Amino acid sequence: MLIRLAGGRVYDPAHGINGEIRDVWVRDGHIVATPGPDAPIDQTYDLTGRVVMAGAIDMHTHIGGGKLNIARAMLPEDHRRDPRPRTALTRGSCGHAAPGTLATGYRYAEMGYTACFEPAILPVNARQAHLEMGDTPLVDKGGYVMLGSDDFLLRLMASGAEQRLINDYVGWTLNATRCIGIKVVNPGGISAFKFNQRRFELDEAHPFYGVTPRDILRVLSRAVHELGVPHPLHVHSSNLGLPGNYPTTLGTIDAAEGLPIHLTHIQFHSYGAEGDRKFSSAAARIAEKVNSTPNASCDVGQILFGQTVTASGDNMTQHRNAGLASPKKFVVMDIECDAGCGVLPFKYRDQNFVNALQWAIGLEIFLLVDDPWRVFLTTDHPNGAPFTTYPHLIRLLMDKTFRNERLGLIHADAKALSTLASIDREYSLYEIAILTRAAPARLLGIPDIGHLGAGATADITVYRDEPDRERMFTAPEYVFKDGRLVVRDGKVVQVTWGRYHMVAPAYDRGIERRLEEHFARYQTMRADSLRISDDEMAAFGHGGELRTHPCRGGTP
Amino acid sequence: MPAPDRPGVTCPFCGLVCDDLRVGPGTRGLAVTENGCAVAARGFGQVATATTGPRIAGAPATLADAAAAAARLLAAARRPLIGGLGTDVQGARAACRLADQTGGVLDHMNGAGAIRNLLVLQDSGWITTTLSEIRNRCDLLILAGGDITSRFPRFFERTIAAPEALFGGDRQCATVFLGRGPQAGVTLPGPVEVIGCEVAELGQAFGLLRALLAGRPVQATSAAGAPLAVWQGLADRMRAATYGVVAWAAPDFDFPHAELAIQTLCELVKDLNRDTRFSGLPLGGSDGDITVDAVSLWQTGFGLRAAFGAGGPTQDLHQHATARLLASGEADALVWVSSFDPARTPPASTVPTVVLGHAAMTLPAEPAVFIPVGTPGVDHAGHLFRTDRVVALPLAALRGSALPSVAEALDAIGAALEGGR
Repeated sequence: MLIRLAGGRVYDPAHGINGEIRDVWVRDGHIVATPGPDAPIDQTYDLTGRVVMAGAIDMHTHIGGGKLNIARAMLPEDHRRDPRPRTALTRGSCGHAAPGTLATGYRYAEMGYTACFEPAILPVNARQAHLEMGDTPLVDKGGYVMLGSDDFLLRLMASGAEQRLINDYVGWTLNATRCIGIKVVNPGGISAFKFNQRRFELDEAHPFYGVTPRDILRVLSRAVHELGVPHPLHVHSSNLGLPGNYPTTLGTIDAAEGLPIHLTHIQFHSYGAEGDRKFSSAAARIAEKVNSTPNASCDVGQILFGQTVTASGDNMTQHRNAGLASPKKFVVMDIECDAGCGVLPFKYRDQNFVNALQWAIGLEIFLLVDDPWRVFLTTDHPNGAPFTTYPHLIRLLMDKTFRNERLGLIHADAKALSTLASIDREYSLYEIAILTRAAPARLLGIPDIGHLGAGATADITVYRDEPDRERMFTAPEYVFKDGRLVVRDGKVVQVTWGRYHMVAPAYDRGIERRLEEHFARYQTMRADSLRISDDEMAAFGHGGELRTHPCRGGTP
Repeated sequence: MPAPDRPGVTCPFCGLVCDDLRVGPGTRGLAVTENGCAVAARGFGQVATATTGPRIAGAPATLADAAAAAARLLAAARRPLIGGLGTDVQGARAACRLADQTGGVLDHMNGAGAIRNLLVLQDSGWITTTLSEIRNRCDLLILAGGDITSRFPRFFERTIAAPEALFGGDRQCATVFLGRGPQAGVTLPGPVEVIGCEVAELGQAFGLLRALLAGRPVQATSAAGAPLAVWQGLADRMRAATYGVVAWAAPDFDFPHAELAIQTLCELVKDLNRDTRFSGLPLGGSDGDITVDAVSLWQTGFGLRAAFGAGGPTQDLHQHATARLLASGEADALVWVSSFDPARTPPASTVPTVVLGHAAMTLPAEPAVFIPVGTPGVDHAGHLFRTDRVVALPLAALRGSALPSVAEALDAIGAALEGGR
C-alpha cells in the first residue's frame, strides 16, 4: 500500500525542513523515500495549504498508574462535566481532569498526538501502569520508573555500595518494570516523610540513612549514564512549590555534575521569595541556568486556569498542600518501602495572586530558554492543567497579542511582577514542531518517531493552516498512526492500540540474589513478582508491539 | 493433566494475594503444602462438579451455543446487570466491554461493603499505607471492627509478626482490637489490648477520639460501650506512636451509614498527621472486588456501580446496587460472574439469568444459561490487585484446563451480540 501525502507545507526539524512544500510517502506503516515515477500509488491526499508534521509526542503526562486511578476515583463530579458517549467505533468513557484511559487515547489522537510517556511509575505499581497504558488506544506509550526513595537503593547507598552495584539495581529495575527511563521524585523526600519529616533540603542528611538528595541525584544520573540509557535522569526536584525554591533547582542541575539531566515541570521549581507576598518569579534565573548548562533540559509544567487534579509521587509536598485542595478532599499514601503518592483536586484561579504568577512564570520560562531542543511543552497533565489545553498553550506561545490579552486578565499584582509583557518572542511552527516532535524523540532515544524521514514510523499529523493556532491544533484534519488514517477532522475514524517503548540495559545478574533476599526479609511480595513478562505486556497492550530500544555502549 | 508441585505460587483467594505458596496435587483438587492458610486450602481444594459443560435451560450445550443464547437474552434486555464479577483483570476488561456494548450496569458481589470505602474516597479522601510499610514501620496497629484474620488469615504473619524489619529488629508493635479480639491460635509479637465495644457505634468513638486529640472539652462519659478513660488512653497512644496504622475491613462495618463511621476514622487519621505519621489500611480485594473497580475506573472514569448508556458512563453508588436493581425490576437481565468461589451464587430474582460460575458451583435454581469457567491462578493465568490497590500480581495456570476464562466467555457473548446485529 503506497500513500502519497501531496503538496503540504512540511515541518520536520529533525531534518531541518522548515515549511517546505513537499510530498511525504508512506508504505506499509513507514515513511519511504520518493518512489520512482512508475510506482503505483494506492491513495493520494491533496494537502495543498496544509501543515504537515510528525505525530506529536508528550514526554511527560500522567496517564497511567495507581495515583491516576485514585484521582479518577476521587473526581466523579469532574467526570460528569465531560462524558464521551459510545460511538460505532469508540467506547464510552469520560473525565475532564483525569479522564479514563479510553477517553485519554481518543483525545490525544484527536489532537494529533501519537505517543505519550508516563513519568512516574512505581516499581511495585508498574503492572498497573502498563495495564492502564495498554488500555489507552491509538498512542504509543512508555514510562519512567521511579527510584530514589526506595529502601533498597537508600540501604545500598548508606552501606557505601559501589556505583557498579547501584547501576546493576537500576538496570534490573528498568528490565523488570519494562520502562524507558528513570525518574526521581523529591529525592529521598518520600522516604523522609515516612519518618515524619516535612521538608527535605538538597544537602540535608536523610533522617535514617544519612544520604542527601544531592547524593541520590549523583548516583542515579551516573547509573543512567553508565548503563547507556538514552533518556537522561528525569528529575522532579526537592522543594516543589515552595516560595524561594529556585536555588534548590539550580543546585539540582549542578548535582548531575555535568551528566545529562532533565528537570521536569520546572515552573513549580522557579520561585523566588521577594516582594510583599514573599512570592516572585525566578524564571529568568532558571532560564539563564538552562541556557548555560548544555547537559540540562527541562519541561515546563505550565499551569492553565480552571479545575484540575494534582497527582504526584511527592507525598511530602502533597500532604503539605492538602489544605489547598479544591474541592476539599485528598489522598496521601506511603507505598511498599518503595515510594508514595498524593492526590488533591485543585482549581487554578486567574484572580489568585499565586496561581496568576505561576501562569506567568511558566510562560516566561518557555520564552526565555533559548534552545527549543531543551525545553518541552507540558502541563504535567493533569497537575498544571489537563492535556486538552495544549492547543491553547500553543497559541499563547505563538501569538504575542493573544498572550498579552490574557495577561491583562490575571491578578493585577501578579501581572505587575511579571516580565511577560516585555517579551516579544513568538514561537514559530518550526519551533513548535521541535518542542512537540523532534526534541522529545531525540531525548527519549527513539530513532523512528518525531520525524518524517525515510524509515520513520508513519505517525503523521496534518493541520489546516489557521491563523487561530488554538483552533488549528485542537482538531487536525488528518492523523495517521503507523500509516493508517485514525483521525479525520478531529474525530477518531479507526482505533488501533499503539506500541510500548522500553529499554533493557545490560547488568550483572548477581544483584538478583541480593534483591530476592531483601524482598524475602522485608517486603510482602517476591522480587521475582515485580518482573513483567513479554506475554503479560502483549496482553496488556492488545497485542501491540513491544519495542526495546538499544542502550549506548555503557561506560565499562 | 495433573498439576505439578510448584513453589512461588500466587494465591487469588483473598485480598492479600500472597505469592509464596507451594501448591501441588491433593487428594481433592490442589493442596497447599507451604505458606497456606484456611482460605487458600479451601480455594485450591475446590473440585468441579460432575457436570462441567455449559447448559442452556439445563440442557448440555457447546460454549458457542451458550454464548449465542446469552447474547439473545442480552439483546432483548433494556438494562442488563453484569454482577457478581468475581474475576481478575482480564475478566474485568471483558465485563467493561460487554457493559458498554449492552448499556449495562456493573456491580460486584462485594459492592455493598466496597461502597462504604468508595463513598469516603469520593467525598473526603484518606491517608493510607500498604502491607510492606506496616511490616517494617508500624508500632501501633489498631484493628477497627476487630479481628480480620478470618477473612485475611495471614495478615499478621505477613506484617507485624514478620521476624525482621528494615529499621531495627527491636521494633515492637502493639495491637489494639476494637470489637472482637484475636481468634484462637493467633499469636502477636507485642502487647495486645482488646477494647470491647459495639462496632456499629464505632463512629461515636472515632468522633470522640478526634475531640480528645484536638483538646476539645467532651461531655460524653463513654462511646461505643467503652468508658471515656479507655478512649483517652487510646488517644494518648495514638499521639505517641511513631507510625500508627488503623486497619478495617468494610464488610465488618455492616450497619446503616457505615461510610460516615469510616469517614470519621479517616479524618481522625488526617488529624494525627498534622504532627505525627499515622495511616489507614482499608482491607479488601477478595473475589476481585478491588480489581474490577480499578479496571472499570481506569477505562471509563467510573468504578463499581457504573452504568453505560447513550450519554456515556455514569455512576451511582446507591441506585446501581445489585439488590435494588433486581428488586425494582430496573435490571431486566442478569449476567452473574463468580470464578473464585462456587458458594457465591446469584441472588434470587425473576430476571433471565446467565451464570459464568466456578465449575464446582451448585445453583439453587437453573439459570437460562450456565457456563462453567476456570479460576484465574488455578486453571489459567491472570492478574489480581492486592488489598492496597497498588500491587497487581500475576497469577499462573497450575493445571491444564478445558474451561474457558471469564474473559473468553464474556467475549464470546459480545462477539455473538455483534454478529446478531
